[in-house]
Amino acid sequence: MDLSKLTISEARRALDTKEYSALDLTSAYLEQIAKKDGEIHAYLEVWADSAREEAKAADEMIAAGKSLPLTGIPLAVKDNILIVGRIASSASKMLENYRASYDATVISKLKAQGAVFLGRTNMDEFAMGSSTENSAFGLTKNPHDTSRVPGGSSGGSAAAVAAGMALAALGSDTGGSIRQPASHCGLAGLKPTYGAVSRFGLMPMGSSLDQIGPLTKNISDAETVFDAIRGHDENDSTSAPDDFYPAQALKRVVGVPRAFVEKGIDADVLALFNATLEKLRTAGYELRDIEMPNLPFSLPVYYVVCPAEVSTNLARYDGIRYGYSAPADDIAGVYAKSRAGGFGPETRRRIILGTFVLSSGYADAYYRKARAVRDIIRNDFEQAFLSVDCVAMPTAPGPAFTIGEKTSDPLAMYAEDIFSVTANLAGVPAMSIPSGTVERGGKKLPVGFQLIAAHGNEAALFTIGKEVEKV
Amino acid sequence: MTDKVDIGALAKLARLEVSPEEMKKLETEIPEILAFVDTIQKANVSAEAKVPELRNVMRADDNAIESGTYTKKILDAAPARDGDRVAVKQVISRKK
Repeated sequence: MDLSKLTISEARRALDTKEYSALDLTSAYLEQIAKKDGEIHAYLEVWADSAREEAKAADEMIAAGKSLPLTGIPLAVKDNILIVGRIASSASKMLENYRASYDATVISKLKAQGAVFLGRTNMDEFAMGSSTENSAFGLTKNPHDTSRVPGGSSGGSAAAVAAGMALAALGSDTGGSIRQPASHCGLAGLKPTYGAVSRFGLMPMGSSLDQIGPLTKNISDAETVFDAIRGHDENDSTSAPDDFYPAQALKRVVGVPRAFVEKGIDADVLALFNATLEKLRTAGYELRDIEMPNLPFSLPVYYVVCPAEVSTNLARYDGIRYGYSAPADDIAGVYAKSRAGGFGPETRRRIILGTFVLSSGYADAYYRKARAVRDIIRNDFEQAFLSVDCVAMPTAPGPAFTIGEKTSDPLAMYAEDIFSVTANLAGVPAMSIPSGTVERGGKKLPVGFQLIAAHGNEAALFTIGKEVEKV
Repeated sequence: MTDKVDIGALAKLARLEVSPEEMKKLETEIPEILAFVDTIQKANVSAEAKVPELRNVMRADDNAIESGTYTKKILDAAPARDGDRVAVKQVISRKK
């Protein structure tokens, strides 16, 4: 088996025809991790022993003819998703020794399928960042060029799959944290519709934005993982009932917000984007230029709404109930010192920013204004989806950047999210699809093509995405 | 829109101890980020914004979980405990 090319569908076939066992497959991945992860550092922890046990249990399911789509499939899990008894740290000193006391719903669903968990992957602390450099436990390198970042915040998950160290991985996406690393590592990355996948057991960052989704080698695999983890969950009151959005017929029309797409993007990335659009035209899709006049406000709106939600969500890390606790004379001291010692610089920056935009005297001009602008951005999408199946955009304005390039300039780092935050603000599903490479410093770097669909219309992403995937 | 951002006051509100060096850094970074996000003031929201349909999610108002079911799990995660309680430092202290 060639782990660099293996897909879930091919592994499923081989496992079910007993070409190799789930234990063979898991052992091959563990070997690959031992060989490669010293350099890449995609994993914060590898669970070799339990992975082998899970693989053996999967082999029994297969032998009994009870194989499910993900039985025996070795997966990596982002470090902000809870697995009972396992450390889940969100790559933060705050939770360095925190052991989950329950399974996230997505994990229960994957366990029921007999999936194998290889380990937990590196990320930007509490999922804040676009490069995985904000991890408290060291950075992750891009397997395509180890002088570059894998993107973020789900950078460890992306690097693990891209380096053949996991067959697929779970990530979380608040403003592009699945799609942008997928783009930078040459993978398919899906952010489902807000409410499609339960967030029970996902550490919250921006609760009106967060979704869990898969990073995989191709679209068909993304669909398989999405089908396994989706669905209503009574433990997550924001998860949508299963028939909440009606099925939508395909119009075979793709919309392009030209004016928005052509600003602040690398020339060769834009050329590749246009070439991919032409492929869709050749495949029989109509391309339509569309006006979405409020899209340019997406990034500033996001950097009001997200920090506001971060500052409230992260109030729970106070050194009292769990996580890092610093000694002090009184309780106020414990709070302030624990939070200072537990949180990294970007997390602290966003907490301060969020505290400001929510503070009395400024909340109207910042937070409430941003909420209002978010509504008109959402309206832009609703208008667009009256006439198109998908809105197409690049995933990110450039390929993977070099390590350290943007760490000293928060605004340059935030600009990575310009195209991806749009879908989170509108709550609509979006996917990054590998669409070729551009060259930087003699290395070929992957670039993603992003499709965004209407609420509940992941089907359009998969159908049209598969056209993009065909060379 | 903002002339001066009082980082010290914000840190206090956020219950976050900030070192003098970080304070200096944040005093330039936060206004820069705020100047960037301030572009939202240019958006025209006078057009009738459609409020997304909201739904209430309810459950029956009975005791879904028997008392004590998760006591051990919750206490195991706490940094300090005193019997079956999470132990905390003094909340109200005499002025020094």
